[in-house]
Amino acid sequence: MMKILVCISNVPDTTTKITFTDNNTQFNTTGVQFILNPYDEIALSRAIELTEGSGGSVTVINVGEVNTEPTIRKALAIGATDAVRVNAKPHDAWFVAYQIAQYVKANPFDLILTGRESIDYNGSKVAGMLGELLDLPSVSIIKKLDLEGTQATVEREIEGGKEILTIPLPFVAGTAEGVAEPKIPNMRGIMSARTKPLTAVEPAEVKTSSEIISYETPAPRGQVKLISADGAAKLIELLHTEAKII
Amino acid sequence: MPVLIYTENTSGKFKKSIFEVVSYARAIADKNSTTLTAISIGNVSNDELAALGKYGANKVLNVAGDKLKNFVNQAYASIIAEAAKKEGADIVVLSNTFSGRGLAPRLGVKLEAGVADGAVALPKQDGGKFTVKKTAFSGKAFAVVELTSANKVIALIPNSYKVVETGGTAQVEDFSVETKESDFRAMLKEIVRSTDKVLLPDAEIVVSGGRGLKGPENWGMIEELAGLLGAATACSKPVSDAGWRPHSEHVGQTGIAISPNLYIAIGISGAIQHLAGVSSSKVIVVINKDAEAPFFKVADYGIVGDAFEVVPKLIAAVKEYKA
Ligand SMILES: Cc1cc2nc3c(=O)[nH]c(=O)nc-3n(C[C@H](O)[C@H](O)[C@H](O)COP(=O)(O)OP(=O)(O)OC[C@H]3O[C@@H](n4cnc5c(N)ncnc54)[C@H](O)[C@@H]3O)c2cc1C
Ligand SMILES: Nc1ncnc2c1ncn2[C@@H]1O[C@H](COP(=O)(O)O)[C@@H](O)[C@H]1O
Repeated sequence: MMKILVCISNVPDTTTKITFTDNNTQFNTTGVQFILNPYDEIALSRAIELTEGSGGSVTVINVGEVNTEPTIRKALAIGATDAVRVNAKPHDAWFVAYQIAQYVKANPFDLILTGRESIDYNGSKVAGMLGELLDLPSVSIIKKLDLEGTQATVEREIEGGKEILTIPLPFVAGTAEGVAEPKIPNMRGIMSARTKPLTAVEPAEVKTSSEIISYETPAPRGQVKLISADGAAKLIELLHTEAKII
Repeated sequence: MPVLIYTENTSGKFKKSIFEVVSYARAIADKNSTTLTAISIGNVSNDELAALGKYGANKVLNVAGDKLKNFVNQAYASIIAEAAKKEGADIVVLSNTFSGRGLAPRLGVKLEAGVADGAVALPKQDGGKFTVKKTAFSGKAFAVVELTSANKVIALIPNSYKVVETGGTAQVEDFSVETKESDFRAMLKEIVRSTDKVLLPDAEIVVSGGRGLKGPENWGMIEELAGLLGAATACSKPVSDAGWRPHSEHVGQTGIAISPNLYIAIGISGAIQHLAGVSSSKVIVVINKDAEAPFFKVADYGIVGDAFEVVPKLIAAVKEYKA
């Protein structure tokens, strides 16, 4: 029976205005709503589709402190079977991947899915690192995932097109739009999420290799220069003489 | 210790984003008074390889052979890591392309290196600290990340570093590595390439349309304008969700992040998730009939007007300008 692991991260809602505190060294979480990373939602939705009706299971794993539990419960409400939380601050992608790899070494899975990237730090790194740590193939960004027995067919995005690959289970893949429509939790899901198993485990010790020192926000643009609706020629001239880009 | 770069080829040729990587890595090598070695995997002609010298590569390791002709993530990562070890390279740079994003984390693990993905500027090496500025929060901000490990991997975002020609030719050497069968478990069946238009991630100019264009039948003028400007076309998320345009054109927080020299947004409101993927464009032009559209707040130039009137005029103006 198919066992799938979905790695989920807890990220600021997509409408969040990003600001920083402490001399631009800390992300300002005041008033910020945290959500299940949208790409992870896609991974989870596909995992549920792939196991539905076949008696398989979908475990979600998160590396995070106790405040991520509402997001984990959301994943359970969407339809995950059970959940694991590695009780630690997700220091960087390496730290996260290392913790998940430790868990997988003790509890093997047939398929490991991540989102294509987390929308906060956008590393696209966890999937590849997991692949390397577990000596499994990894595909960083997939748009389609189909299974036939123990053989998967995936579509990977490339510049200006796609590659179609076949990969035997087990492997790691980072999913993007197209893989599945995000599932919305229903009432039964929300009710049952409260009682589904959510286990917290302590992290393994590991040396980290990167550290965020500070943040910067993009330089604000000057005032917009408005051109009248019939000023197309004027716009082209400005792009040529002033902006010097055409 | 030399700097090593992986120079990804597209059907045997190098794109501009690869010359950017060479130039970028040359600057790092100069700063550290060292040499620059490139590794190329796949079937690339010797002339094409030697030309990497023009941008500052001293040596090119050429890994050829049919088995490696097409990208295989695991095998390529093994080869690049082997090359880094043989050369004694402690800094590895590659382009933050789709394939580069697959390689960087695997290389990070193999080389026990901190990984700076999405780099947008040269590293700073002050007081023993090695820091790199990278994109974060889907383009809404940047993070300065310190790589604390001895080895470092950097993935450079296309169009964020200028190509610099230094002149010179690189010395090309054949390089071969014993690969493991298990590195080839993922098997390529087919490559499907879109038509020969300008590709979105490579484009210096992008013409983008939103829901304000009403329907797919109205994209003719967008494509015409893009064609005249040598631009790629893009769209907002609802447009691709509705199937008016392919998903590969969707830019923004949950689509592709781009940083062209010029982004022309037509009938797009400028929602925060859309802006996330395009705000690092150097110049932004917005065409929208609503003067209150949020996009005008982050635009350099704006035309308040109906796209169906403004765009044809723009097309005429570009034709005139080119004539
Ligand atoms: C989790 C999440 C992720 C998202 N990710 C993305 C993303 O990656 N990319 C993205 O684009 N969106 C994303 N969105 C959606 C985003 O919030 C907006 O809904 C979307 O960008 C709006 O697209 P639009 O501007 O094309 O359409 P609308 O908001 O409907 O705007 C249409 C605009 O066209 C103008 N207009 C109408 N008629 C004309 C005309 N004749 N001439 C000129 N102008 C006209 C209107 O004034 C309006 O400003 C995301 C949303 C969520 C919740
Ligand atoms: N703290 C975390 N816990 C579990 N999974 C994570 C965590 N952070 C990231 N991931 C997974 O890794 C993917 C890529 O994240 P990143 O490499 O940070 O862009 C995400 O979409 C998640 O699936």
